[in-house]
Amino acid sequence: MAEPVLSIRELRKNFGALKATDNVSLDLRPGEIHALIGPNGAGKTTLIHQISGAIRPDSGAIEFLGEDVGALGMAARARKGLGRSFQISSLASEFSALRNVMLAVQAAQGSSFRFFKPVMHDTSLTEPALAVLERVGLAQRARLPAAELSHGERRKLEIAIALALGPKAFLFDEPMAGMGPEGSKDLTGFLDGLRREAPILLVEHDMDAVFALADRISVLVYGRIIATGTVDEIRRDPEVRRAYLGEHA
Amino acid sequence: MSSALFIEQMLNGLQFGVMLFLMAAGLTLIFGVMGLINLAHGSFYMVGAFACAAVAAATGSFWLGLAASLAAAAAAGAIVELLVVRRLYDRDHLDQVLATFALILIFSEGTRWLFGSFPLYLDIPPVLAGAVDLPGGARYQLYRLAIIAVGVAVAAGLYLLISKTRLGMQIRAGQSDREMIGALGVDIRTLYTIVFALGAALAGLAGALVGALQSVQVGMGEPVLILAFVVIVIGGIGSIKGALVGAILVGLVDTLGRFLLPKAFALAMGASQGATVGAALASMLIYIVMALILAFRPQGLFAANT
Amino acid sequence: MTMSRETPINLVLAALLFAMPFAALALDEPFYVTLATHMAVLALAAVGLNLALGLGGLVSFGHAAFFGLGGYAAGILSTHVLNMQPLLTWPLEIGASDQMPVIWLVAIAVSGLVALAIGAISLRTSGVYFIMITLAFAQMIYYFAISWPAYGGEDGLSIATRGAFPGVNTAVPLTFFLVCYAVLVAVLVLFALVRDSRFGAALQASRQNETRLAAVGIGPFPVRLAAFVLSAMITALAGALYADLNRFASPSMLSWQMSGELIVLIILGGTGRLFGPVAGAMLFVLIESVLGGLTERWQFFLGLILLGVVLFARGGLIGLVAGKPRHG
Repeated sequence: MAEPVLSIRELRKNFGALKATDNVSLDLRPGEIHALIGPNGAGKTTLIHQISGAIRPDSGAIEFLGEDVGALGMAARARKGLGRSFQISSLASEFSALRNVMLAVQAAQGSSFRFFKPVMHDTSLTEPALAVLERVGLAQRARLPAAELSHGERRKLEIAIALALGPKAFLFDEPMAGMGPEGSKDLTGFLDGLRREAPILLVEHDMDAVFALADRISVLVYGRIIATGTVDEIRRDPEVRRAYLGEHA
Repeated sequence: MSSALFIEQMLNGLQFGVMLFLMAAGLTLIFGVMGLINLAHGSFYMVGAFACAAVAAATGSFWLGLAASLAAAAAAGAIVELLVVRRLYDRDHLDQVLATFALILIFSEGTRWLFGSFPLYLDIPPVLAGAVDLPGGARYQLYRLAIIAVGVAVAAGLYLLISKTRLGMQIRAGQSDREMIGALGVDIRTLYTIVFALGAALAGLAGALVGALQSVQVGMGEPVLILAFVVIVIGGIGSIKGALVGAILVGLVDTLGRFLLPKAFALAMGASQGATVGAALASMLIYIVMALILAFRPQGLFAANT
Repeated sequence: MTMSRETPINLVLAALLFAMPFAALALDEPFYVTLATHMAVLALAAVGLNLALGLGGLVSFGHAAFFGLGGYAAGILSTHVLNMQPLLTWPLEIGASDQMPVIWLVAIAVSGLVALAIGAISLRTSGVYFIMITLAFAQMIYYFAISWPAYGGEDGLSIATRGAFPGVNTAVPLTFFLVCYAVLVAVLVLFALVRDSRFGAALQASRQNETRLAAVGIGPFPVRLAAFVLSAMITALAGALYADLNRFASPSMLSWQMSGELIVLIILGGTGRLFGPVAGAMLFVLIESVLGGLTERWQFFLGLILLGVVLFARGGLIGLVAGKPRHG
C-alpha cells in the first residue's frame, strides 16, 4: 500500500475537562476520500483545526508527506500543501470572488512581498484564478464582492480557494453545509473527480454524499474514533449504529 | 543611602501604584464587561479633581469635596454612557478610540471654559496633615498613607462586590458571556450604565485624592490614563487582579527607578552625566518592563478568558 | 483602475491644494501659503498611517513617535551643522548635513528601525492591546525626549535654517510648499501602487480575514510588520518636513495628542482611501483656522464634529461624496 499523505498519531486536546480530541489516529492515503463523520459536538472541526494548524494539540503527532508538521503554524502548513475549507465560510469579504482566489494563487507562487505591480493587470494571477472559478461554476460571479455572493456561492468559493493552492491534500469541513439538495448533488460529483488531484479528508453531515463519495469512513464520537472502515463496514458496525445512529442494541 | 529613605520611596511607589489601580480597575472592568476601550477615562479623573477642588474651596471642607468628586465623576460617566458610549459597544475599536478621543477634547476644553486656564489648588485635610513615625526611624506623610489605605479598601470592596453581590454576579456573567446575561433576564442597559459610572467614580476618586498632592489642571488625566493602559496591558485586559498586580508593579518600578537609576549611573559615570542618563532611562523603565513582559506573555500576566 | 467615482474627487482635491498658495500670493495673503504647506505635510503623515490603519486595519495610536523622530532627525542634523559638530564620532566619524534628502534618509532609516522593534513586539498582540501598546511606546519616546537634555529636553529644538534642497531656495515659502507637495504626490503614487500590488492584497486580506490569509499560506505577521515599518517611514518623512516648516522640532510632535490627530485626519477624510488623508488634512487645518479664528474654544467644537462623524458619517468626507469603496 502507498505511504499515507497525511498521518495523525495519538492526537489529544482538552478544553478544561472536555476531551475534545481523545487519542485520535487516522491517515489519508493517496487518491482517497476519507470521510470523518460523527454527531454534533463530536470534535470534528476541532480535529480539522489541529491538522491545519489553527489550534495546537496537547499531545500527539501530525505527519504530512512524511514530515512532522506539528511545530508549524497554519500558514506554513498551507505552504506545504494542506488546502482547507472552513465550516463557516471564511473569506476576504470586501474582495471580489476573483481577488479571493487570486490571493491563493499568489500565495501558491510564494510571492507576497512584491510592492509595485498591480495584481489586476497581472495575468499570471488573474488567469489561473479565473480558470479555477470556471471549474467551480463561479466565473459569471467573479467580480462580485464575496459579501454579496449567495450562501451556496460562498461555499463554492471556499472550495475554489483551496483548489487554487494546488494542494497535496484537501481538508474540507462540511463543504455541503446549507447547499440544498441540488447544490449538494453537483458538489458531490465535483468532489468525486477531485480525489484524483489530491486526497480529501472530508467532514460532512450529508450522509448521502458521504456514502456516495467515501473510500473510507472514520466515526468520531466524544472526541474518540470508534470505528474506521469502508462504507459497508461502517454501515454494519454495531457500535457505530448504537452510538451514532442512536439505535439501542 | 539610608534604609529610611528607601522605605519612603517604597511607600511612594505603593501610593502611586494604588492611585493607578483606581484608574486601571475602572478601565479594565469597562473593557471586560462591555468590550469598550475608553480613552475618556482620564477625563473622569480630571472631573473628580476639579469637583473636589471647587467644592472644597467653596465649603472649606475636603470631605464634602471628596463626596462631590465621586458624585460628579459618576454622573459624568452615566451621562456619557447614556448619550454616547452605548452607541459604541457594537462598533470596532477604531470608532471607540475616535469617539472617546473626541470626548477628551470636549471635556478638556469644556473644563477650561468653566474653570479657566489656571490650575486650582487643593489642600490636604487638616486631620491627615503631618507625618507619622515608621519603624526604622523613617517619617512618612500621613496623607499618602491614607491614599494607600483607600486603595486597599477599594480593592477589598471591589473583590466583595464582584464575588459576593448580585451586581457582581451579573458583572462576572457579562465578562464571560455577554449574550447569556440578556437571556438570564438581566437588564443589560442598566448594568452597563452602572458599571461605566462605577468605573468613572473610581477614576474621579483617584483624581480628587491626587489633586491634594499636585495641582488640579486640564490635561492632568491623560498621562495617568496612558500609565493605566500600561498597567492593564501588563496585568491582562479584563482582569481586576491583573490590574492590582500591574498597578503596584508599575508604581514601584517607576518610583524606585527614578530614585535608584540616577544614583547607580552616577556611581558608574560620574555625578552629572550619570544622573542625566539615569533619569532618562528611568523615564522609559516601565515601558521596557512592559515590553519584556509582553515578549513572554503577549496576553499579560493574568489574561482573562477570551 | 479601481474606485472610479473617487478619481474626480481626488483630482479636485489635488488641484485645490496645489492652487491654494498661488491664490494666496495673488491675493497677497502669504499666511495661506504656510497653511497649505501645513495641510500637505499633515496629509503626508496621515498617508503613512493610512497604510497601516486603512489598508492593514492596524490601529496604531503611536504614530506620533515616528512623526516626532522625523522631526528630531531634522532638528538634530541642523543643530550639528550649526555647531559644526560631527553626528557620530564612533565607530566612524559621520558629519551632519543640511541637505533635505540626507535629512529624509536619516529620518526614514531611524524611524524604520524603531518601528521594526516596536512592531515586532506590539504586532504579537491585536485589537485593544495593539492600540494601548503602540500608545505606550510612543509615550516612552516622548518621555525620553523631554528628559534627555542634550537635544533640548522639554524646550524642543530650534532649527536655525531650514534644510536645503539641491537647486532651489527652500527659504521661500512657495518653494518649500512645492517641495512638500511633490513629496506628497510621490508618496500618494507609492501608496496607490502598494495598495494594488500583491503585498497590498495580502495586507488588505489580513485586515478583512486574518485566518483566511493564513489558510492560503501567507503568514499575517511579516505582512503587517512590513506595512507598519513602511507606514512609520512615511510618517517620519512628514515629521522631518514638519520640523523644517516650523523651524522647530517640538516634543509635542511626539505626544499622544499628535497620534490621536493623525487618526482623526484619516477618519475625517475616509479610512483606507487614497485621498482620505488629503481630504482629512485639508478639512482639519481649515476647521482649525476657521474655528480657531472664531473662538478660543475651537477644540470643544472639533470634539463635537468628530463625535458626529464617528457616530453618523463613518465614511468620512470622501465617503459622503463618493459612496462605498469597491475592490476590483
